[in-house]
Amino acid sequence: MSDASSRPSAALDFTDISVEDVSRSFGRRRALSRVSFRAAQGEILGILGPNGAGKSTLLGILATLLRPTAGRVCYGGMADTGGAALRGRIGVLGHDLFLYPELTARENLEFFARLHAVPEPAHAADEALERAGLGARGDEPVSTFSRGMRQRVALERALIHQPRLLLLDEPFTGLDDASASALVARLRELRQGGAILVVATHDLEVADRLLDHALFLREGRAAASIAQPKHLRSTYQDVMTRPIDGARA
Amino acid sequence: MTPGTAARPPATPFWRTVWTVLRKDLTVEMRSGEIAYTTLFFAASCVLIFAFALVKEGKAPEGGAAGILWIAILFAGTLALGRAFERERQAETLRALLLAPVPRPAIYVGKLLGIVALLVAAEAVLLPLVDFLFTARLFVHPFWLAGIVVTCTVGLASVGTLFAAMLVRTRSRDMLLPVLLYPIVVPVIIAGVQGTAALAQPAFDEALVRFWLLLLVTFDIVFVVLALWTFEAVMSD
Repeated sequence: MSDASSRPSAALDFTDISVEDVSRSFGRRRALSRVSFRAAQGEILGILGPNGAGKSTLLGILATLLRPTAGRVCYGGMADTGGAALRGRIGVLGHDLFLYPELTARENLEFFARLHAVPEPAHAADEALERAGLGARGDEPVSTFSRGMRQRVALERALIHQPRLLLLDEPFTGLDDASASALVARLRELRQGGAILVVATHDLEVADRLLDHALFLREGRAAASIAQPKHLRSTYQDVMTRPIDGARA
Repeated sequence: MTPGTAARPPATPFWRTVWTVLRKDLTVEMRSGEIAYTTLFFAASCVLIFAFALVKEGKAPEGGAAGILWIAILFAGTLALGRAFERERQAETLRALLLAPVPRPAIYVGKLLGIVALLVAAEAVLLPLVDFLFTARLFVHPFWLAGIVVTCTVGLASVGTLFAAMLVRTRSRDMLLPVLLYPIVVPVIIAGVQGTAALAQPAFDEALVRFWLLLLVTFDIVFVVLALWTFEAVMSD
């Protein structure tokens, strides 16, 4: 990976994030209950769990889009204040891709580069298109792209401002094997570059060869936390059927 | 270069963000034409139906043109407002906007100017149509007309943009938007109707038109300031 794609900007930087007893309720429904973990730079943390376990809520809180009902999230020792500078250090690749289908890939990337005050947004968009392997199709509307191509553009969109923290929600959904492998390789590059990656996924086979740390969520609670996880499928089945012990990373 | 050494401004300045959002909205609209065509088609249909119903033997009811013009703009504007934010919801791009390190009120201003531009473009077609069908003499004082039309449109769009953004995640947003919007913008629409009607009078009363224009400017200032003040809170969490 090039320097440009690996370096976070300096205005506000952090080397780890810590989630401390975070709970979140929507009305009477408790989506997250006293979840704690820590992730450091150069690490890929996986959040695993069934639908409705609280994975997306947790990512929303880490992205500063949701506030915890209780507990706190610290970015390098600093509690989230929801400020613009902190948002500028976070990149999000959602299940929805955050791309305007009417705009071309280049226009989408330039638009988000401008919003993030990236110097020379046109040049940044060109570089991002090359990294996505879409240099030749950069001037085509995103609506004409396959799911895999859109996913590649969306990943570069999330990385255009070189965030320190990258949050990915089900990034492997709808990808064929080749696209999933390319994405895994890209995520490893980012880990190498010093980013903190948090991946919420159902795809245990891909996660098996990617994660440094796995946090299992069940009914909004941390059911288990495992470093250097192996054989995730059997671990997952085991964790999801046994009583919750409130594990911490 | 090592991580953390690339310094850059932490946030994008306000007016640059406004321009970036506005330019994006206009580009998307130029490609799809979705809001412009539906708004214009709906408003023109509305005006035509009223013209067939109310104009008898070439004579329109006195003062009717102004009311019909603004009814058509209000209904068509509601359609445009809903659609403008529906577009941001479909691919969750609104979340991406909110994640950007930009002043959130700048996103509001960018969206507002986009809606105003679209409505003014629709009004550029509607005004001659109403003038012709209702023989309304709207263009006798074009500068006053432009003032009334623009200020009334800004008043309608400023409240509408805030409510449309607020309702974007609610399930029954299409129904709720007019329910919330109309009671608040009724004074703006009344001032717009009265100002436009005063312009169409055979005896031009400049003081009366100025009064309605000043009232509209006051509404605009109050609504835009309130919207700027509340937008961040409305869009957070």
